[in-house]
Amino acid sequence: MTDGTAEAGYPDIWKRFSPRQTLVRYLWFLGIVFVAVWSVRHLDIPWFYFLDAHVQVADLAVRMIPPDWSYFDVIAQPLIETIHIATLGTIVTFFIAFPLAFLAARNTTPNLATWFIGRFILVASRSVNTVVWALLFVAIFGPGPVAGIWAVAFRSIGFMGKLIAEAIEEIDEGPVEAIASTGASRLKVLLVGVLPQVLPVIYGTSIYRWDINIRESTVLGFVGAGGIGIQLYASINQFAWDEVSLMLLTIFGVVVISEYVSAIVRQKIT
Amino acid sequence: MLKIEALSKSYTAGIPALDNVSFEVAEPQVVAIIGPSGAGKSTLIRCINRLVEPSSGSAILNGENVTTLNSAGLRKARRRMGMIFQEYNLVERLTVMENVLSGRLGYVSFWRAWRRNYPAEDISHAFNLLERVGLTGFQDQRADALSGGQRQRVGIARALMQKPDLLLVDEPTASLDPKTSRQVMRILVELAHELNTPTLLNIHDVPLAKSFADRVLGMQDGKLIFDGTPDELTEDALTFIYGEEDWSPEATAGSPEPEEGISSPEKATAV
Repeated sequence: MTDGTAEAGYPDIWKRFSPRQTLVRYLWFLGIVFVAVWSVRHLDIPWFYFLDAHVQVADLAVRMIPPDWSYFDVIAQPLIETIHIATLGTIVTFFIAFPLAFLAARNTTPNLATWFIGRFILVASRSVNTVVWALLFVAIFGPGPVAGIWAVAFRSIGFMGKLIAEAIEEIDEGPVEAIASTGASRLKVLLVGVLPQVLPVIYGTSIYRWDINIRESTVLGFVGAGGIGIQLYASINQFAWDEVSLMLLTIFGVVVISEYVSAIVRQKIT
Repeated sequence: MLKIEALSKSYTAGIPALDNVSFEVAEPQVVAIIGPSGAGKSTLIRCINRLVEPSSGSAILNGENVTTLNSAGLRKARRRMGMIFQEYNLVERLTVMENVLSGRLGYVSFWRAWRRNYPAEDISHAFNLLERVGLTGFQDQRADALSGGQRQRVGIARALMQKPDLLLVDEPTASLDPKTSRQVMRILVELAHELNTPTLLNIHDVPLAKSFADRVLGMQDGKLIFDGTPDELTEDALTFIYGEEDWSPEATAGSPEPEEGISSPEKATAV
């Protein structure tokens, strides 16, 4: 109505939320504010250090600029090692996460026990950070890239397995029913009815995880699991900030390239 | 050939979706099953190849009771029953040829299926069937590039690839426009007659059932309440099956709402 009068016989008031719902929404908001305030108080942050933070930032910047370009000769090899750790770790992950996802998906797992085992492995893998896995594998295999590869793989299994399992649970059941009705065995139904439907997700998450793993591999050296992290840690400890800034720049460059490759590949998969 | 004895199915205890249905198909004929939505047509067909497990009763195909088979025996029995679906149920990301050949999955080993290495006789039979359903040259197209009518014809070829003793067809035209529906029905019925394959066909569209079927079964509330020839399907019979409605030719001439079964407009070539 454009003349501002309500039409007779119809309600002229409509509200999306009832007063009770509105109250509940405000209570949620208050709750979040309370949690934030409580967290800050509990952490007992030494505000004193913030007073000269700007001076420290300026000082660090002066020490970092310009980067020590000559140091590139030293870090080139470790940088390539970092990429190799990420790539091999992702390939190992692919072969473990792929069958695991079929166990962890409700519609393809043989029974409740196998589903539980699948889910348990996925959750266990994700609950431990890559660096913590690296500490464990350095203890097992000794320092070096092998520990790094396994650390990357053990963290990635949970990530890829979960995403692939979710994709399996969301497939169209129609083709599965059709393939089963031809008299095909369970395994052949998975091969022809299920796998083609989730293949784009499998490829997509693999390449996405590879991209994440390159970033994660750059810090594995902090705990002795190979890659550029060893040099990074050493330079930070020696306050060689011009070397640190060069490494941060090259890592940034590699990450940009891997993101770009990952984006192109994922676009090609349909 | 096919004998259904007191077949029943309850999804929830006490509420039968399929209620004590018995009939026999003694010769290779096309049997249309009509009835309102929820009458149990789909359940009946799925209970025969046990995509839905029947609660009681038996389905006997060429002397073998399918309902009591173990899983290995059931897989063998399913190889002899081709099925065609309303939503085609093709594997969208596979090619036409891969979809048609999947009708032989009950016969080839896992590794041959993995390598898509099917026997020469299967490949030549697939090409033959593609020609019969009018899809010569489509073998390398992906299923998701086809129109609805083309997909359903691939579905027909896949079912016939099994060289079945029985065809189970669930609403083959419900997702197609009226003209494509008639074309698909004509191909299906012609091939069923030519190959002497008895065919059970769920169908909403009564005029289509009357013009293509040799025999009509009517269902209501899970029960079989009509069994006769298409000519016997009078207005009274339709009222008996569906309930009160105007069944005059003028009123029944219009087919149900056509639904475009085409994935992408630019690929909507020859239907």
